[in-house]
Amino acid sequence: MNIYVLVKQVPATDKVKIDETTGTMKREEVEAVINPLDLYAIEGALRIREIYNDSHITAVSMGPSKAEEVLKEAISMGCDHGILLSDRAFAGADTWATSYTIASLIKKMGDFSLIITGEKATDGETGQVGPSLAGQLNLPIVTYVGSIVEVRDDYIVVEREIEYGTEVVRVKLPAVISVVKAIGEPRLPTLRGKIRARETRIDVYNLESLGLNREEVGLSGSPTRVVKVFYPRISREGKKVKTSTPDEAVNSIIQFLEIRGIL
Amino acid sequence: MSKDVIILGETKGEKIHPVTYELLAWGKGLSEKLNSNLSVVILGKNLEGVEEIIYYGADKVYYFEHSALDIFNVEIYSEVLVPFIKKMQPEIVLAGATTTGRTIMPYLAGKLKTGLTADCTSLDIEEKTGLLLQTRPAIGGNVLATIKTPLHKPQMATVRPKGKRPLERDPNRKGDIEIIRPEININSRIERLDFKTREEEVSLVDAEIVVSGGKGLKDPQNFSMLFEISRILGAAVGASRSVVDMGWVEYPHQVGLSGKTVNPRVYIAIGISGAVQHLAGMMNSESIIAINKDPEAPIFQVADLGIVGDALEILPVLKKRLEERKRNV
Repeated sequence: MNIYVLVKQVPATDKVKIDETTGTMKREEVEAVINPLDLYAIEGALRIREIYNDSHITAVSMGPSKAEEVLKEAISMGCDHGILLSDRAFAGADTWATSYTIASLIKKMGDFSLIITGEKATDGETGQVGPSLAGQLNLPIVTYVGSIVEVRDDYIVVEREIEYGTEVVRVKLPAVISVVKAIGEPRLPTLRGKIRARETRIDVYNLESLGLNREEVGLSGSPTRVVKVFYPRISREGKKVKTSTPDEAVNSIIQFLEIRGIL
Repeated sequence: MSKDVIILGETKGEKIHPVTYELLAWGKGLSEKLNSNLSVVILGKNLEGVEEIIYYGADKVYYFEHSALDIFNVEIYSEVLVPFIKKMQPEIVLAGATTTGRTIMPYLAGKLKTGLTADCTSLDIEEKTGLLLQTRPAIGGNVLATIKTPLHKPQMATVRPKGKRPLERDPNRKGDIEIIRPEININSRIERLDFKTREEEVSLVDAEIVVSGGKGLKDPQNFSMLFEISRILGAAVGASRSVVDMGWVEYPHQVGLSGKTVNPRVYIAIGISGAVQHLAGMMNSESIIAINKDPEAPIFQVADLGIVGDALEILPVLKKRLEERKRNV
């Protein structure tokens, strides 16, 4: 079966520098890595291939040409192939426009069984691309998958980790699933994998080769607009106590709790 | 009068999920500013207490009842909700950022071709345009971003459970409940085979007191002191993202944008500097105590009691004093 895994390149740390005049991230100053939660999506795909031997895994990413790195990493972990969606026109895409662009690739590519995503990216933290893509392609989606139970030609059985327990779900293929950490610790790249990654050519698709119009993608194709980015000003009538001894500190804590009837 | 503000209610079995009432508190201010109806759409089977939704602030409830709607299924829910939203043409659709909300909302937005903003920490109406201003932490939770959906309808957003308290329940409030029994013609490709209930590992979300620790505690041994103090106080233990990432404590303890949102009576932040992404998960606590060595730590901006000091010196004393009190009671 053909499996797509969606991966994203994100800033390496949460101490991102912000350009205060424009409110945008100073991307060039931060090291970029594969979204840590996407490693679980890759792991999920590899586990499915172990159950269903005749599987081909394609990692897909959208981003600048530098994002090729995360596809190479995916291949070094065991994915077979990598596709990068890259065009200046894709810049500034929100989750809808990102999903739309990825959907246009999927529609071009012919038969497949599964699209696997991570829970969310650690930079945007929305987790919307998987379900939005499913909605746009009219595919079933199973989110928060923590374990793969059974893989067949035309369906899979998975477990969903949700608020009050574990839901066992059977879904017909093709389908989209998003996986969470419970899927299992992602394997490390192997030496053989790294060599293969170096030798594997990443296919790049742009606006033209996807057959899209400029207005449908990137910022112009995005229903949402960021209108303001700011550091929060939090106003709460706080009382800062500088204490000289731990005893004094504990006194003020206990008094605080007593006043509120906690103690 | 403009079109409705619609809240996507949630169920738990045959009961109304409390996040539905919280969503009404979010929606009220918006519908008042827009001079519109605040409506709730809820899907289920044999639901109890639907009138409660009116008592908590809804003007109108659209209750879709069908045996196929007893549990959440994204395809069947979407089969009901897409035509409903197209017919109603609401200005705004809000849902909770639960696993259900996080699945159905982007799925619907994908089908309806409209904008969706996840995990908003504040919502407002722009006076000039009447557009929804959706504010959420962005860029790894270091800043806040305000987002608009200028040209597409409805404007869709999710908010975290426990991010706001419900309005006061008023059993004399009047409103309209319309029960709709839809025809459901699809065979969903998704089928639930089983459900295994699990006890929440930490009742963090419902705790009255949360004792939360961060990097300032230096190592996992020191962090484990929080469990002892929590036991004495009857509190739950929370944690910042960095210590969860370092493996000091399991993910279910994480408070913040990427973890849980809490609003206990007292939140005690120990050795937590207070990144925006953490503040987003605890800012609405009734009261906050912060202990941190760094007097400039942002956590002090939200603290009702801020103690500039070394948590590693303070905690053993606090533990001893609390133990003594307990013995003397």
